[in-house]
Amino acid sequence: MLRLILRDLRLVLRQGSDATAALMFFVLCVVLFPFGVGPEPNVLTRIAPGVLLIAALLAALLSMERLFQGDFEDGSLELLLLSPLPAEGVAVAKVAAHWLVTGVPLMLVAPLLALLLRMPGDQLGLLVGTLALVTPLLSLIGAVGAALTLGARRSGVLLPLLVLPLYIPVLIFAAAGLDAGLSGLSPRPHLLLLGGMLCGALVLAPLAIAAALRAAHE
Amino acid sequence: MTSTALFTGRDLLCLRGGRLVFQDLDFQLAAGGCLTLVGPNGSGKSTLLRLMAGLLKPLRGTIAWDGVSLGQDPEAHRARLHYVGHLDAVKASFTCREMLAFWAGLRGAGGVDAALAAFAIDTIADVPGRFLSAGQRRRLSLARLVAAPAPLWLLDEPTVGLDRASVALLEDAIARHRAQGGRVVLSTHIDLATPGGAVLDLAAFTPVEDDESLDGDDGAEDAA
Repeated sequence: MLRLILRDLRLVLRQGSDATAALMFFVLCVVLFPFGVGPEPNVLTRIAPGVLLIAALLAALLSMERLFQGDFEDGSLELLLLSPLPAEGVAVAKVAAHWLVTGVPLMLVAPLLALLLRMPGDQLGLLVGTLALVTPLLSLIGAVGAALTLGARRSGVLLPLLVLPLYIPVLIFAAAGLDAGLSGLSPRPHLLLLGGMLCGALVLAPLAIAAALRAAHE
Repeated sequence: MTSTALFTGRDLLCLRGGRLVFQDLDFQLAAGGCLTLVGPNGSGKSTLLRLMAGLLKPLRGTIAWDGVSLGQDPEAHRARLHYVGHLDAVKASFTCREMLAFWAGLRGAGGVDAALAAFAIDTIADVPGRFLSAGQRRRLSLARLVAAPAPLWLLDEPTVGLDRASVALLEDAIARHRAQGGRVVLSTHIDLATPGGAVLDLAAFTPVEDDESLDGDDGAEDAA
């Protein structure tokens, strides 16, 4: 499994446009907001959590389509499913690699962008913490959609339709947590809920992804 | 695995896209054996190989290794098979050696150099995948067979894209594999020397249009 993660990471490093595209999208998307809504600090601070989360969500979605597509088209996925590695292991490895190349960079860039949106400095820790829970969730849920749309002709359109509704609960609790932090309340319950979702997704998503991958090869 | 284990299929029936591909198909493969699948396009050679690999499940009938059906222990079956399909799984940015090392490593084996030599790709071992020709890609794909030993080889038209010298290399590899007690199932349209191997003509199992007792409903739906 580690071998597969390392292979995926190396693949991204060599032909890396996918991962950097997601990151650049995230940065540009956030940077556009001050131009759109005006530089008023109060407004920006108010919308900062939502903007950052939605931009992260769309960036994750953008990179998601290629997650299994490349391996599916060149036959690697078929061989992976026929290797001694269980299909669930393949799913976990692919998602882990995706999170490492998109989720983690997003998480690291987010504090800088948050400052741009006039988020108070003492909230940055909370922001990174929230994203640490949110980004793996985005990768896990999105991968289920990516696996389900494998082989579909319009997967690019189908994937957001399938996955975005599933992202809503994540968005709600993450935004509520950040808002609570901004207004001086404890973000703990929201983060706990996110953590619960992450635990659930860690167990269930690989099973769903594996089933979808197998179905794609029938 | 014991060398006396039989790889068998009994009474297989397969439906693809609402069409009955074959029915009442039986096969049996002992250690050191080779089964060559022949038949016209669409007679189900690839489908049968995918059934044997466990990628597909038969609608009826069972495929078993030493009496244990594939569905009961899919992981053990995956560990003992190599599948070479129509796609060569070549990554544009990886060199031959890297790709081979990855696939062999997944099976915990490391005979990369020997495998590169066995299919005469040692001279291009450090060439990235994007510069490989179709025949070189195919040879790289076949080199996986040698890099990590597995008792059962499922080869779906392995000779596509190969020149005559490479076909001879493949024949050698198959002969060596069988001499060590390995089994091979392959489909081909050209003459591949498999001394002592059996031939399974899938055309014999293609259902005749008229006596489709089982497929009658599907036929009606297709017509509607």
